Amino acid sequence: MAFDNVSAKSFKVVGTRPERPDGIEKVTGQARFGADAYLPGMLHGAILRSPHAHAKILSIDISALENDKSVKAVVTRNDFECNLTGEDWNILENIMAGEKALYDGHAIAAVACSSLLEAKDALKKIIVQYEILPHVTDVEEAMKENAPVIREGSARSSVPKGMHPNIVGYHESGHGDVEAGFKEADLILEENFRTEAAHQGYIEPHACLATMMPDGKGEVWCCTQGHFNVAKVCAKLLGSDASQIRVTASEIGGGFGGKTAVFIEPVALALSKKATHPVKIVMSRNEIFRATGPTSSTSMHVKIGMKKNGKITAAEGTFKLQGGAFPGSPMAESAMCAFAPYELDNVRSVGWDVMCNRPKQAAYRAPGSPMAAFAVESIIDEFCKRLKLDPIEVRLINAVTEGSKSSYGPKFQRIGLVETLEAAKSHPHYAAPIERGVGRGISCGFWFNFGGETCVSLALSEDGTASLSVGTPDIGGSRASMSQIVSEELNIPYEKVRATVADTATLGYNEISHGSRVTFATGLATIKAAQDMKKKLCLRAAKVWGLDEEAVYWEEGYVKPAGPNAGDHEPLSIADIAKTMGRTGGPIVGHYEASPEGAGVSFATHIVDAKVDKETGFTSIERYTVIQDAGKAIHPSYVEGQFQGGAAQGIGWALNEEYIYDKKGILQNAGFLDYRIPVASDLPKIDTEIIEVPNPGHPYGVRGVGETSICPPLAAIANAVSSSAGIRMKQLPMSPPKILEAMDDNNG
Amino acid sequence: MKYEAPETIDQAIDIYSKFNGSKKILAGGTDVLVQLRTDIVRPEMVMNIKKINSLHEFCIVDGYWKIGAAVSASKITKNTAFISEWPGIAEGVGLIGSTQIQNRATLVGNLSNASPAADGIPALVAANAKVEIVGQQGSRVKDVYSLIEGPGKLHLSKDEFITHILIPLQRDRSADCYLRFIPRTEMDIAVVGCGVNLSVKNQSISSAKIVLGAVGPKVIFADEAAELVLNSRLDKDVILKLQRMCEEIATPISDKRGSIRFRRQVAGVLAKRALQKAYARALEVS
Amino acid sequence: MKKVHVSTTINGTLKEFLCDTRETLLDALRDHMLLTGTKEGCGTGDCGSCSVIFDGDVICSCLTLAAEAEGRNIETIEGMAEGGELHVLQKKFLEHAALQCGICTPGILMASKALLKKNNNPSEEEARFWLAGNLCRCTGYDKIINAVLDAAREIREESDGV
Repeated sequence: MAFDNVSAKSFKVVGTRPERPDGIEKVTGQARFGADAYLPGMLHGAILRSPHAHAKILSIDISALENDKSVKAVVTRNDFECNLTGEDWNILENIMAGEKALYDGHAIAAVACSSLLEAKDALKKIIVQYEILPHVTDVEEAMKENAPVIREGSARSSVPKGMHPNIVGYHESGHGDVEAGFKEADLILEENFRTEAAHQGYIEPHACLATMMPDGKGEVWCCTQGHFNVAKVCAKLLGSDASQIRVTASEIGGGFGGKTAVFIEPVALALSKKATHPVKIVMSRNEIFRATGPTSSTSMHVKIGMKKNGKITAAEGTFKLQGGAFPGSPMAESAMCAFAPYELDNVRSVGWDVMCNRPKQAAYRAPGSPMAAFAVESIIDEFCKRLKLDPIEVRLINAVTEGSKSSYGPKFQRIGLVETLEAAKSHPHYAAPIERGVGRGISCGFWFNFGGETCVSLALSEDGTASLSVGTPDIGGSRASMSQIVSEELNIPYEKVRATVADTATLGYNEISHGSRVTFATGLATIKAAQDMKKKLCLRAAKVWGLDEEAVYWEEGYVKPAGPNAGDHEPLSIADIAKTMGRTGGPIVGHYEASPEGAGVSFATHIVDAKVDKETGFTSIERYTVIQDAGKAIHPSYVEGQFQGGAAQGIGWALNEEYIYDKKGILQNAGFLDYRIPVASDLPKIDTEIIEVPNPGHPYGVRGVGETSICPPLAAIANAVSSSAGIRMKQLPMSPPKILEAMDDNNG
Repeated sequence: MKYEAPETIDQAIDIYSKFNGSKKILAGGTDVLVQLRTDIVRPEMVMNIKKINSLHEFCIVDGYWKIGAAVSASKITKNTAFISEWPGIAEGVGLIGSTQIQNRATLVGNLSNASPAADGIPALVAANAKVEIVGQQGSRVKDVYSLIEGPGKLHLSKDEFITHILIPLQRDRSADCYLRFIPRTEMDIAVVGCGVNLSVKNQSISSAKIVLGAVGPKVIFADEAAELVLNSRLDKDVILKLQRMCEEIATPISDKRGSIRFRRQVAGVLAKRALQKAYARALEVS
Repeated sequence: MKKVHVSTTINGTLKEFLCDTRETLLDALRDHMLLTGTKEGCGTGDCGSCSVIFDGDVICSCLTLAAEAEGRNIETIEGMAEGGELHVLQKKFLEHAALQCGICTPGILMASKALLKKNNNPSEEEARFWLAGNLCRCTGYDKIINAVLDAAREIREESDGV
């Protein structure tokens, strides 16, 4: 029975669009998100936050709370584990300040009371004495010799000696001889680009409900992209064991990478431990903007040389990313993704990780890639204008294909960049005449995919239906696609599968739902678990028939005898076997636990029409088309949804979203009023085209699709805006004031 | 926090004037609740005035459109007679927040909040609107422009509050317009606003008021610019001069919503566009 | 602190609760009545997740004091499906995959219900502007708008007796 390499070539369920299993709960208000849990005796926690960008904490006086009957617990840094190092220390330092407040909004202390109003009142009675220190929030400023030091000794070994302590990471990749390549060029263009930090902007605030007893046993309910990671981090920060803290992932109201980080769960546990009551913490929107991670802001320099025919001869880029008050900005990803769509003989990318007095950056959909694409694809666009070349043709001339050596090292397996470009070329959008005043922009984008630790369990019920337990929170409709996979493999109806995100006590460790890995890795695990179950079904039937395992086979939902020698047995359906499994050997469960390899990278090409009001700098997006390689779309509606969602977030980032700090380093727009994410009336219809170039590393050909869709929009829109306004925009967001300013400067 | 919900205006005056602590009037609540939530205000008493029938009035009385303090924005923008008479005021009111906000927010609340960027105010000022104020000493009427002291502040004594807005009936061959600039299509605070009210005679402008919002601590009368367009038909050169003049008249600050330079530029553009629109409307009704 | 007693009609049922005067209608719905279908996304009226229908009008429950609910008629997402039958908007949202994470969905459904009651033939632009106060970060709004317009079509067909 060779199940390992079985691949369903023609699909019955995969590729269809059934309604999602969690849909009815979500349209009726019954789905339970992070803040929707309540327990008897539950208290409400609230967190006091620094009003300063950088300050020494001289003292925290909580004496006013000592006789306050409404206050059930108070915690500060002293209530957490003190012997942490590395990233564990970073996480603790971020969720509860130690000696210094490192950014506006940094947590200082927390209280628990019977009501949230009481808790908020209690916070006002805590007196904190600060010594305000000089601060820095700009990446270039933070690298300068005289910049305030965020923290000595944070630099990784990759950083050359003698650099400022704020410079904490260095990356270099590439190949060939860049200088020689530039000599071959007919035209060399180089430019500086800047992008501002953008927040993931999930609508659901971080929320948790936690219980911890004095013996260190804990229960956590929270909205997270990775509950196993929450258990691990909480155990470390509280000196407990990962297995003693059971975490259940609630429905998650958007994450986009931002809910891969841990912020409030350890605080709620610490409060609960002191109060011996469950404690709920829900962040306010203000806290989310100030104290959870947006992505990095950047300063980039890109230089490209090109022949008159459009062939790139050399490319070089420097990507400086600030990651807030901690190491970890995705500068290596910027450097690696920047030139990934192009087959280059000579390429060199450098990344710098820089600390600032800002919140610790968190992953945001393809971290690092969109900004790098903005810089590189803007220059490619400029070449097209100067050399009068078609933007799609230039990209096709240079596009990577199977076997190309990537700019970051490995050779590409089968990939679909050319297919997305060809589809763009023949798309009605690209052929449509461009109206007066409108600019059309094109950009490609690239993102990785990976496997990661994955464990699933597929249990057969007595009635022949199946329960799938996965350990990856469903952030994009994965329970629907996993149910489709089980249905496909077992030949049972989609409705007869129930997929559940199991808690941390139920399954082995599962890596966070990030890196577009769930459909690939959990999908692959689900296929394997179903195959494991089929194998067990065959064994069971063989046993019932008194045959060897080799004498039976699986076909279309039935176990059948392999040939005349096996005897004349009626094929047994899953339901037949399930009905009697209690008597024939017990429960039948399919498993999979591993870290799957074989993830396939993904490329996209976007086309956008934008119109700039030259008197006010206002940009309207007139038309938008996303074309992306999905490998194989399990549920096309949710793939389209990922394409559209990424494009919409990219539009916001390109045009209006930004972190605005004042001179004191205080965030000025910590709310949805002035952190301007796109509203329904801002956007046109977003057309999508799914390209399916199968990933050879997955039985169905699946590639991760969630993140690539945010890689091209910044550049595509910048190229469209630049065409419409007649100027090259080198800074994001391209908000109306910045566009007018650039136009004015251009006019002298 | 004490919560009061009087049912008559006399009760309201009594409660409000006798309460000595910090207090807030709750009409639509769309500003007050945000301020409560974000700790910008911590009043000891909130007085909900929505139960007072007379404050729901929205009708013509003695030559004025009378709009009660409890009338929601969506009630105003649904009134076809009012919209056709004062399209600019209705535009301003209609721009205050989302559908949800429109169903709660009031024009009196927008005025009382006295934000320099209030969308409701410039067109009211251009229309020479007044307010009716009540307090211990009885009631008085004051024009909207002189009522505003500065950001968040009105010239009201501690015991006083506004009950109605009074908008004179529009003159013949006249029309108004309000335009604002925001970076998105909805949900933002005005970066610049401009209200225009004008009359035409023989296709020329016979009177005009141009009021700029969000470019000073309170709305600004662009009188020089209004004078410039008098007797004109908004020819190209007049419009260009007007635009430059309004850029000069604006006295904005730089903040998260826009720089001084940007706000000046956009003030000129909006004044031009609002004037052209109001002029076209006035010609239509002439 | 002395609490306020409020009696109000929620989804057709008379309810009573005690609240702090500073609490919002959203707080009361969620914390006192455990009607957690109404969501809090911002608390400042900028995201629309807390939309409910209040005496026939869609409003943000985060911008309404709980005490103001006295004697009012409130509809929440929990009252949208009736007698085990989903509302046409709910069905269309499922059919069009108009939700990804689903956190904005209750608010958008309530706002859309108010729209279709007022205008059962909205243009795409009207629907987009009506829903501008309801933020969605997952979908790019495309499938949401498709679902709302399709629901409107079905409502028109039903009312035309087609």
